Amino acid sequence: MTAPRQDSPAGAAGVPARSASGAADSGQSGGAARWLRPARGRARIPLPVLVLSIAVGAISLVPLGFVVAMTIATGWDTAIALIFRPRVLELLGNTIWLVVISVPLCLVIGVGGAWLVERTTLFGHRIWAVLLAAPLAIPAFVNSYAWVSVVPSMSGLGSGVFLATLSYYPLVYIPAAATLARLDPALEQSAASLGLGPWRVFFRVVLPQLRIAVAGGALLVGLHLLSEYGAFAMIRFDTFTTAIMEQYRSTFNGAAGNMLASVLVLLCLVMLTVESRARGNARYAKLGSGAQAAPTRLGLGGLQLPSQLALAAVAVLAFGVPVWIIGRWLIAGGAKIWANDAFTALSAALGQSLWLGFLGALATIVAAFPLTWLAVRFPGWLSKTLELANYVTSSMPGIVLALAFVTVALHAIPDLYQTTPLLVAAYVLLFLPRALVSLRAGLSQAPKELEEAARALGRRPIVAFVRVTLRLAAPAAAGGAALVFLAVVNELTATLLLAPTGTSTLATEFWNLSNGIDYAGAAPYALLMILLSAPMTYLLFQQSKKAAGQ
Amino acid sequence: MTEQSPTPNYASRLPEPRVARSIADTADHHLEIEEVTKTFGRRGPGGGGVNEVLKGINLHVARGGTTAIVGPSGSGKTTLLRLIAGFESPDSGRIELDGETVAGDAWVPAHRRNIGYVAQDGALFPHLSVGQNIAFGLDGGRLGGKYRGRKAIATRVEELLEMVALDGSYAKRRPHELSGGQQQRIALARAMAREPEVMLLDEPFSALDAGLRVATRRAVAKVLAKAGVTTILVTHDQAEALSFADQVAVMRGGKLAQIGNPFVVYTRPADRATAEFLGDAVILDAWLEGSLAMCSLGPIPVRHPTTQGHVQIMLRPEQIRIASEGTIHGTVLDWDYFGPESSVRIKLAERPYGQPLDPHIPGGGGEVITIRHWNAAMARRGMDLALKVIGEGVAFPVAE
Repeated sequence: MTAPRQDSPAGAAGVPARSASGAADSGQSGGAARWLRPARGRARIPLPVLVLSIAVGAISLVPLGFVVAMTIATGWDTAIALIFRPRVLELLGNTIWLVVISVPLCLVIGVGGAWLVERTTLFGHRIWAVLLAAPLAIPAFVNSYAWVSVVPSMSGLGSGVFLATLSYYPLVYIPAAATLARLDPALEQSAASLGLGPWRVFFRVVLPQLRIAVAGGALLVGLHLLSEYGAFAMIRFDTFTTAIMEQYRSTFNGAAGNMLASVLVLLCLVMLTVESRARGNARYAKLGSGAQAAPTRLGLGGLQLPSQLALAAVAVLAFGVPVWIIGRWLIAGGAKIWANDAFTALSAALGQSLWLGFLGALATIVAAFPLTWLAVRFPGWLSKTLELANYVTSSMPGIVLALAFVTVALHAIPDLYQTTPLLVAAYVLLFLPRALVSLRAGLSQAPKELEEAARALGRRPIVAFVRVTLRLAAPAAAGGAALVFLAVVNELTATLLLAPTGTSTLATEFWNLSNGIDYAGAAPYALLMILLSAPMTYLLFQQSKKAAGQ
Repeated sequence: MTEQSPTPNYASRLPEPRVARSIADTADHHLEIEEVTKTFGRRGPGGGGVNEVLKGINLHVARGGTTAIVGPSGSGKTTLLRLIAGFESPDSGRIELDGETVAGDAWVPAHRRNIGYVAQDGALFPHLSVGQNIAFGLDGGRLGGKYRGRKAIATRVEELLEMVALDGSYAKRRPHELSGGQQQRIALARAMAREPEVMLLDEPFSALDAGLRVATRRAVAKVLAKAGVTTILVTHDQAEALSFADQVAVMRGGKLAQIGNPFVVYTRPADRATAEFLGDAVILDAWLEGSLAMCSLGPIPVRHPTTQGHVQIMLRPEQIRIASEGTIHGTVLDWDYFGPESSVRIKLAERPYGQPLDPHIPGGGGEVITIRHWNAAMARRGMDLALKVIGEGVAFPVAE
């Protein structure tokens, strides 16, 4: 025996066999030496992972806690007086109509487009696949700016639905297309052999399989509708989010604004519940093994031309028009918008955006790592609870999150108010799911067995972790970081509320200029944001192709 | 292959492991496992279920020997291997490697035990080339200094590749470019790079298809035998265990039911469950007096009987042959044709040897047995065949 035994824990000999329930508390009571040794019974969650993930989970609960605490603090009578008034009813009507009309429209365009692109003999389907996803690169408030700058009379529910649908249908299209592309054609062939015609196969076999993708996409659209501020403020369409922002501007931290936030959070929770019901417990993973054949395409025949025209209309309205208008403003602005002062402001905003994006991405990945580690290596009630807490929080409108952070900071740690760390913390909570999805895929590619193989080859556990697991998860972490980075760059609402005074990002500067009707001056900012969003759209597109079918 | 015999609860009376005389107490023990137990508990709300995976394992492995731990899935064999490797620690009991305790009173972590480990799917690092995979364990640790510098490592990698019968050009390839069998051979080369004293193989051939499995198993056995490494193979495939190892440990329900050389465990299994796990078995009611058991196939000799009276006698199908003539007859019910041989189902005659029923013989014939025969033409439905038995049977006591 050549292995030295110095590192044997001295006290280990006398450790009595622990029962399964005793293993839970041994995490806290164990001496340092015991960490060297694998757990008796079930493997134990490393303490740093446990502490970090619980910390992230606890911070996730701050916004929800804020809403509950504020509602209680306001008092029952005041709360009822503030909630049940005509203004709130009007906002509720606006918001609900917006959701009820826009979400089905997005579903029709998204699923229909995905089906045409992936499952029919649509001419040029490769180009259409990209074109239909492209509008995601245009932030909704930039889209709104483009339209309003040429049609100043745009306002109200109709315009809201129009802009929201054009901006958000890709959130349905991308997952639906990915699922359709990955769907096992053997299922459709089986249905056909059971006597179903092509249309009945689509409705009875294909569409039900899209349930998860469609439910998830619809939820995303709904949550975006609830949280969008810029796009609707630009066309003077009042939703809860725009009203809360107005209240905040006028009374800073009034009870009225807080109550609006409570109702908004309630709407958000209702939406989450509806989605989880619609999703059901079903899993639509492919059963059995074996390579999958390429999907079959349905002949379009006489519908080829109408399909092409319909897709062209969507692409032109959602992508062509905004880009063309921004181009027109750029030309109209000429050299003036790139002149000295304007250029200095532009580059300062770009610098700030990139810096905040970098910080946000870094912090989010660091926060996501222990959570993902827990979910992949120690799946159980703890990891599920933490995931749920974060899921609910990240679904909340940015305005509520920002309001919560402002209030908590002012009450608890005034020095933190309007500082970069607080803003970055808000970004972490808002965009954590983007990092979680990527990291999870990455860590799944680094199974425990590889780390064990490294240990059997004589590596200390920490070295095995760094050289194998961390190394294998790195590309996925980078992908997740990129997604968070680009989301931060385009974030408007939370940044407006939480950014340190004097901070101007691309989004906030664009917002100020276009609010001041300086459409030409805002154009370079819009252009930069679209250019920065393009890679994010591409990344999301790629990621969805990989994730579908799981 | 008994269609008619009752199936009492055998698990309740597992015998103590029998150690084959030829191995026990003679060899130089490289690895000793004493009374090792391991329990996995579920925790969290609603949990509380406790799963006793290993219930007191005793196993000695001779230096340079090959041991196969074989058992159905869920019997705890992989857990035992992980305990030996040091990925997990036992709840109680002791593991000694070369006379030094590595688990029990003392603890030596996995990276300090000089034990090689080949996982089910090879566990090659996907981010490294084949050469980098093999060289992963070469720098640092116990071998520190022996393979310093690019050139020494490259030479060693080439040596190892050659050892597993792959040429040097493979070093630059990526793991995903290799076939399953090649991946397993690389995993072996990677584990061999550190010159381990003990090699653990965790079902390394089960992911391969039938033809490749045999070829890879032979290649791996050859490499390990040449290097003289003490090897432990975990498998659920009894044919693999019997052909690979010189000691087979049969595991069932967290215990070792029998340990012995392959011939012994196959021909003289300790109990009926072991007999049926290791291969097809014909089991008949019999009456044992002295060392002769009377059953529907006539008198059958039994070696070292441990019990007398009413027993069950176990024969391997290949011990029952079709004879040109004889006193024992059966009628062919049906058969499965496999090409080189057929599996024939035979209903034995009601009165085995034309004599009045012996009150001592339970049953009295009419059992259905399955045997194998090479000549399909001899087995047509309804044919009456004369049978004879070659060799000895094994008697198991009958639970009353």
